[in-house]
Amino acid sequence: MASLKALRMRINSVKSTRKITQAMKMVAAAKLRRAQMRAEAARPYAERMERMLASLGVAVANQPDAPKLLVGTGGDATHLLVVMSGDRGLAGAFNTNIGRFARTRIRELEGQGKTVKVLAVGRKGATFLKREFGSRFVGEVSFAGKKTVGFEDAAEVAAKITAMLEDGEFDVCALLYNRFRSVISQIPSEQKLIPAALPEAEAEVAAGPQAQYEYEPTEEEILAALLPQNLAVQIYRAVLETNAGFYGSQMQAMDNATRNAGEMINKLTLNYNRTRQANITRELIEIISGAEAL
Amino acid sequence: MATFQLEFVSPEKLLLSRPVEMALLPAADGQMGVLPGHAPMIVALSGGVISVREGGAETEALFVPGGFAEITPTRVTVLADEATPVAQLSRANAETRIAEAEKALADLQTAEGTTPERREAAMARLLSARAMLAAAQAA
Repeated sequence: MASLKALRMRINSVKSTRKITQAMKMVAAAKLRRAQMRAEAARPYAERMERMLASLGVAVANQPDAPKLLVGTGGDATHLLVVMSGDRGLAGAFNTNIGRFARTRIRELEGQGKTVKVLAVGRKGATFLKREFGSRFVGEVSFAGKKTVGFEDAAEVAAKITAMLEDGEFDVCALLYNRFRSVISQIPSEQKLIPAALPEAEAEVAAGPQAQYEYEPTEEEILAALLPQNLAVQIYRAVLETNAGFYGSQMQAMDNATRNAGEMINKLTLNYNRTRQANITRELIEIISGAEAL
Repeated sequence: MATFQLEFVSPEKLLLSRPVEMALLPAADGQMGVLPGHAPMIVALSGGVISVREGGAETEALFVPGGFAEITPTRVTVLADEATPVAQLSRANAETRIAEAEKALADLQTAEGTTPERREAAMARLLSARAMLAAAQAA
């Protein structure tokens, strides 16, 4: 049985761990709130962008010279996967989930004989995938060290992707990220970036009576300018969702840790008191039997 | 006088949303005045100043570095990366932007494998930066 001193030290160490996890939970909760607010604030732009694309996309998509960003290269041989993860750990299974999801996807695509390229956004996902798929990496982006991730950062990633498309380095581009469903539930999901997915948009146009817009300059020119912007907006949204999901996940992980530490403290305290009691009893027995022997 | 809703939206947040009487937009093909009841349009904006007019006088002037505007009879939505009140524009800032854009353009001209689209984008950036300087000087 452990000595009283050792037990006391363990109890103290678990107590300070609990303090730390509790503080981290609080910090994560505050950051989560901010991340959610930013995701909320970004919504109007994305919505209006979608509406414009909806009316434009349908008109142009069926033409033979439609922009590559909208319809892709027509090929299907090379896939670019943009894997989005957190930059820091201590967030439960958040980063592992997206890493595993990406791994399954890469294996699946390679099993079909496709070439896969990986662009990792976020440090944790990059380290997870690098061991196995390091040779497929075409780039790594990390927002670590930045206080807030702004739209410019997302635009930079988008510009990178656009440049790669123009150079013919891939045919299809998809974004893998943790979709933020709620604070306690983030779902690893895949979203097509190129060719752009506009299914719900078509329905909206068919239903909307005010789809008859005039365009200035031409539809093609506006679309050519709008599509890169849209790519950036999609990435920005995923970045924000990843951010919010990360803090949600971290908050939960820290909550669990705090609870576990509490349980541990209870168990150790019980153990400590039992040991103390046993020591006293033993000493008493020693004294009494000593006295009797006299 | 009749009004319409003018909205400024940046990717990060809704910057402004209020009813106004008239707005002048720097459309890609030239200045464009919008009054309530305008025909539905989608226009690309070049870098320039959006001026809001009420009661025959300019009440607000905002610089945008480019973007898009969706016009409907009751609402105008401007999608821009940023919108700065003209009074807050700084010349030094505009000049660094011009220098950056000029460098990017020069780099493109020497680099291999550039597409006309990329050169055009760089050119648009330079023009937008020049418009910013002009707006800063006028203010």
